[in-house]
Amino acid sequence: MKEISILIGGKAGDGIRQAGHVIARILNRIGYRIFFYDDYPSLIRGGHNFSIIRAAEKRILAHKDSVDIIIALNQETVENHKHRLNTDGAILYDSKKSDAQGIGLDFMDIVKKFDGKPIMRNTAAVGALAGILNFEWAVVKKVIMDAVEKDADLNLKIARNAYDRIETPLKSLPKLDQKSLPLVSGNEAIALGAVKAGLNMYIAYPMTPASAILHYLAAYENELGVVTVHPESEIGVALMALGAAYAGARAMVGTSGGGFALMTEALSLAGQGELPMVIVEAQRPGPSTGVPTYTMQGDLAFVIHGGHGEFLRVVLAPGDAEEAFYMAGLAMNLAWKFQIPTFVLSDKHLSESMFSFEADLDRVKPDNPLLWNNQGEYKRYLDTENGISPLAFPGNPSAVVKATSYEHDENGITTEDPEGIARMQRKRLRKRKALEVELENYETVKVYGNPDSKTILLCWGSTKGVCVEVAETLNLKVVQPLVLEPLPIGPLKKALSGADKILDVEVNASGQLAKLLSAHGLCIDDMILRFDARPFTVDGLLDKVKEVIQ
Amino acid sequence: MTTVKKLGTYAQNTWCPGCGNFGILASIKKALTDLEEDGLDLNKVAIASGIGCHAKIVDYINVNSFYSIHGRVPPPMTGIKLANPELTVIGFAGDGDAYGEGIEHLIFSAKRNLNLTFIVHNNRVYGLTTGQFTPTSPPGFKGRSTPKGSPEDPLNPIELMLASGATFVARAYTKNMKHLQSLIKAAVNHKGFSFIDVLQPCFTFFNTYDYYNERVYEFDEQDHDASDLNAAFVKAREWIYGEGDRIPIGIFYQVQKPTYEERLLAGRIPVQSTPKDIRPVLDKHL
Repeated sequence: MKEISILIGGKAGDGIRQAGHVIARILNRIGYRIFFYDDYPSLIRGGHNFSIIRAAEKRILAHKDSVDIIIALNQETVENHKHRLNTDGAILYDSKKSDAQGIGLDFMDIVKKFDGKPIMRNTAAVGALAGILNFEWAVVKKVIMDAVEKDADLNLKIARNAYDRIETPLKSLPKLDQKSLPLVSGNEAIALGAVKAGLNMYIAYPMTPASAILHYLAAYENELGVVTVHPESEIGVALMALGAAYAGARAMVGTSGGGFALMTEALSLAGQGELPMVIVEAQRPGPSTGVPTYTMQGDLAFVIHGGHGEFLRVVLAPGDAEEAFYMAGLAMNLAWKFQIPTFVLSDKHLSESMFSFEADLDRVKPDNPLLWNNQGEYKRYLDTENGISPLAFPGNPSAVVKATSYEHDENGITTEDPEGIARMQRKRLRKRKALEVELENYETVKVYGNPDSKTILLCWGSTKGVCVEVAETLNLKVVQPLVLEPLPIGPLKKALSGADKILDVEVNASGQLAKLLSAHGLCIDDMILRFDARPFTVDGLLDKVKEVIQ
Repeated sequence: MTTVKKLGTYAQNTWCPGCGNFGILASIKKALTDLEEDGLDLNKVAIASGIGCHAKIVDYINVNSFYSIHGRVPPPMTGIKLANPELTVIGFAGDGDAYGEGIEHLIFSAKRNLNLTFIVHNNRVYGLTTGQFTPTSPPGFKGRSTPKGSPEDPLNPIELMLASGATFVARAYTKNMKHLQSLIKAAVNHKGFSFIDVLQPCFTFFNTYDYYNERVYEFDEQDHDASDLNAAFVKAREWIYGEGDRIPIGIFYQVQKPTYEERLLAGRIPVQSTPKDIRPVLDKHL
């Protein structure tokens, strides 16, 4: 497979991620499929940031530990990462700031030549890389013009100067005859999927790694026709969303584990009040503040069980940008169809990594919820055969709509009558059956790799991409449940049947998916867990799987 | 036209005999029927409440309602109003609700100046949990959680709301029903965040009828310039929910400012909007 991995590193504030994006977009424009991984500590200036841009001829969903080119804006990058370099790889370094074996250029000298700002060293680095890989200047120029909002001309001059200083290219990366695809992060895909399914309001309090959904929707509010709100706290967020849903607006909220902890009382209210709500939970390592800018799949059990009392919910766990798009749309439609809270369970690795995005956009559209027919007396909690009560909204001239956190009768008036209480609880839980039937229309469990392999890698969420690639190399089978609540037992049993060895791969310390499956009588044979707040890499996981299966 | 009687529901009223909440219920019903006569569409009214004795009021009024959870009355009201700014949204909260568990939401509602009406049933005791001190109980209040007396001084919600940016700040007393009705109507008609702290005796756990009857007095625009923030603070400090011989009730402060929904929505109505094509945005990702 034609592929290349490039690592760019420096201090926070050096514009590492931005430069990485420009590199990714250049590679995208010449026909490569991209996976972009971003690694940064929780601070604004200083520290060590790096991004890995992996580009390949075929679709890829993960990065590798090893890289072909390192771009070092400081010495720390050289020291931290030189062990990753492939044998024919090269280090491109800022010769004023660092020393290494490779190609040194004085980036600051180039920037000064054009009276640029120090951060524009990153543009010099991009220009030099383009020279090293013999990129066509016209492509580089176009990407910089499109990507750089401020001082595009100045950046172009700097990039061109660096480009020209590379006299002999290291190698020529061939242009591929494939169309470019949009480069989309998991967070952006979630946002777009929700919009496609009719999102009216996005309400969120900033929290890494979910904040980018808020930033993205706020930036494109007018283009996408969405209202974004940034309230006082996650408690305010979740309850505003329920108020909006009660009034008839399709609302979504987004947060990480700590923010979701604050939302659990509202979650329970969504259960009792039968109020539709989509919650994006982008996980990061806990407990508590944990490691805020890194990744973990540690909140599965929390999301499935959070909230007091017994009520129905849906938990969807996409593993790449396309799935994030589809699952966000599905979460919105299921929330409204069944008047329940639904989750898109992401993590830092999915939310903030970028993918070449190739989704069938028309697959996601807003499904109509069950609306009241305006006949007779309106009962918000009408006890129906499948448990779903027709919706009406305040402002309807012939309905009085009463939503409540209390146990209630069909009209939404408080009740403590034992028969009434049991009846309403049965009504709400009865929706589960209709939900399970509905989910039969969707692919709830995905299978990849060799379908006849007796060894199965079991995974969920962002771990999917790396598992699929490892399985292809080792000729194994991969099983990935997309729906984690209600757990699709039938499809899972079918997908896992006939295996000699089921290897559970998760980015957490206790194997939460394995535990969930064992509660349903599905046992796994071995676990590969990573919980140092970093995602699996293709080469890293390959070694681990080999160890376990041999 | 809706009559006060038609505004009732079949829900059995479970407040204690003598409860100050009856005065608030009667006043809101009367205010709503009066407002309907002035052109308010009651189908476009949504009321909300928290948890506590006050909160049962939503079961007793036959209009759209959102029975929320403790402390969380302003957030769903905000969500309702932002989703559909054509609705008139009126919230009810207890003093534990508004000034304890959910004080952040109250402060932010005032800060934002969303066009809502917020009525606090301030009995200065937790009733439904059978008699503990609240943020506005007087110093030394002996409740079941503070048998030796409350170790805290009370909060003055009038000052708090003035400092937080509310554009309509008033106090009422449940026994002065006509006055309360007129304040509710003024609050609903005010464009911006309208706050009324209603002194509401709890007949069972903190019977303050005699105390208020001796001290409460009504003031109006002739006695007080409600557009003057400093004068409002001075008036608010006449009684700080503890000591004091005279308790002023009336509108402390009222000014016009742009509302949150005007600033945030700029004419958009989320419940009537449909999202646009995502393709032009996706093209920017190439």
